Amino acid sequence: MILGRVIGTITSTINHPFYDAKKMLVVERIDAAGAPLADYLIAIDTVDAGTGDRVLVLDEGNGARQVVASKDAPVRSVIVGIVDAVTAS
Amino acid sequence: MLLGRVIGTVVPCVVYAGLEGVPMLMVQPLDKKGAPRGGPLVAADSTRMAGPGELVYYEGGREAALALDPWFVPVDHTIIGIVDNWGQV
Repeated sequence: MILGRVIGTITSTINHPFYDAKKMLVVERIDAAGAPLADYLIAIDTVDAGTGDRVLVLDEGNGARQVVASKDAPVRSVIVGIVDAVTAS
Repeated sequence: MLLGRVIGTVVPCVVYAGLEGVPMLMVQPLDKKGAPRGGPLVAADSTRMAGPGELVYYEGGREAALALDPWFVPVDHTIIGIVDNWGQV
């Protein structure tokens, strides 16, 4: 999984039917100290995260489809947690 | 998923079985600020409505093919939706 910070939202009218009424957030990757990295991704939110939150993102298709309870959804990135604290030595 | 800007269309004359009629678009990947990042790629369009100039989000990897019907096709990037609004911090 990936540690990230929510930096924005995406809204769209014309999209794949699976994404109708799905909340999508833009998440930048961060390191353990919270510093932003260059990478980012757009993920479905399943935990009511919001802008500025540190989150845990699952970036793997099979697990993502399990989370959204679908066998054939075109989804790979899902926000599966909001992070309180990270300790790294 | 990542953000991209549609910069053109691709019209193949012969395609692998299952990809007949699937729109192919040239997409310039964008970074988290919306600036171009890396070289352009060709993506199938599951919305069938995207066109040059539009801001889209696309899925990469095996999940890209799942957005299409039939889904068992050799595709590695698919446009999932057209961005209406992109809220940034």
